[in-house]
Amino acid sequence: MTSSIEQCSVTTASPNMATNEKDNSKTNAWIISKRYWYWLSLLLPSVPALSALLAVQSEQGIWLWLTLVMMYVILPAADYIFGTDDANPDDELVNKIKDERYYVYIMYCTTAMHWVALISMAYVVSHYDWSWLSMLGGALSAGVTNGLGLVAAHEMGHKVKDKTQSFCAKLVLACSGYGHFCIEHNKGHHKDVATPEDPASSKFGESIYKFVKREIPGAFRRAWGLELTRLNRRGKSEWSLDNEIIQTFLMTAVAYTLMLAYFGPIMIPFLAIASTYGWWQLTCANYVEHYGLLRQKKENGRYERCQPHHSWNSNHKVSNLVTLHLQRHSDHHAHPTRSYQVLRDYEDVPTLPSGYPTMFVLAMIPPAWRAVMDQRVVKWAGGDMNNVNIDPDQAEAIFNRFHQPEVVKAAA
Amino acid sequence: MSKKYECPDCGYVYDEAEGAKHEGYPAGFKWENLPEDFPCPECFVREKPDFILVE
Repeated sequence: MTSSIEQCSVTTASPNMATNEKDNSKTNAWIISKRYWYWLSLLLPSVPALSALLAVQSEQGIWLWLTLVMMYVILPAADYIFGTDDANPDDELVNKIKDERYYVYIMYCTTAMHWVALISMAYVVSHYDWSWLSMLGGALSAGVTNGLGLVAAHEMGHKVKDKTQSFCAKLVLACSGYGHFCIEHNKGHHKDVATPEDPASSKFGESIYKFVKREIPGAFRRAWGLELTRLNRRGKSEWSLDNEIIQTFLMTAVAYTLMLAYFGPIMIPFLAIASTYGWWQLTCANYVEHYGLLRQKKENGRYERCQPHHSWNSNHKVSNLVTLHLQRHSDHHAHPTRSYQVLRDYEDVPTLPSGYPTMFVLAMIPPAWRAVMDQRVVKWAGGDMNNVNIDPDQAEAIFNRFHQPEVVKAAA
Repeated sequence: MSKKYECPDCGYVYDEAEGAKHEGYPAGFKWENLPEDFPCPECFVREKPDFILVE
């Protein structure tokens, strides 16, 4: 009997390592110092509260837009300026830091900061007299932060044997009402990644605006189905309080009802925008992480196991600190429970030209995205579009334009 | 005598004496009765045929 998810081979790609002792000690010193730099992951979630305070002090509503500026202007610029970091911890260092609680405490602080961000922004938007444009900026800023909350929930949600981290993952998910994420991601996306069946893997030629219509409902359906199966095995109803999707949605319902009661009806559009923009950030991440990449089907009809070359990666330093190495995505799919501080860069894996913040901007401008990414996918596939996860609605046009296995082979 | 099987990726051990309660397999649930597509309840990227008998 062969497993449907084949072992993530490290024969085709392996973690890059320093080649001599001097380089190695320098690399290790940098990795150890990164323990302080990870506090950068709390920077963005702190901005809504700080910018709300600035707006109140200066009576300038424009400050409420600051988190968006950080996400889409400052972070891409920082990635451009500070470049990449390909340092990998050696095995000795991995064993030393992989279970250190310090790194988990950062996650707990992040969890609290996400609620501070949402509530403080909601308070300031509702208690002062702002133009609708300023309020929109406030809601979108809370949305950007909610998106980052999903990154934190992702990190903690994979640590299923650690009850506190699992609970904190739910708490953060509750900010944006995306309570089904951990089930959908761990059991669904990781199993089906880089296949046409995965609603959370984007297809070649599929714009993000088309992708989102498949991703959001598809992800919810898959999560509910998985939770239903689990509860049925336990002899429980899908509508019982043991349903973890319902548990997290109840947290959201309580929090949103309280905010509505205390902060007034402005919370209806505010929370609608803040939550859906958070989901949109996740859509952006899912869109860039596996665009066009396809696992091959084996003779027995099952897909090969997810391998390092089935994820897009980025080593950009600043965005990797902010997103807790989520951009070292090949290693994440190879070892989903591996903690962020020990995720490694692999040699010869698909690489994005910049970190997620820049790539999200490109994704939102489909012609720009395709101009940058399509040729990378074609090259990855050796020009053979049969090896690409393509949008079936455009299959003919895509083959006519991009299918050229001989040309790519000759050039190589 | 209950058997134990280890996930080769994350090190999770399925102990027949304990089962995997959260996933709906109670204590004493025999390994042979688990479905072939039973995924590791921690990393979810290895399935029953991948597990290694440890004792």
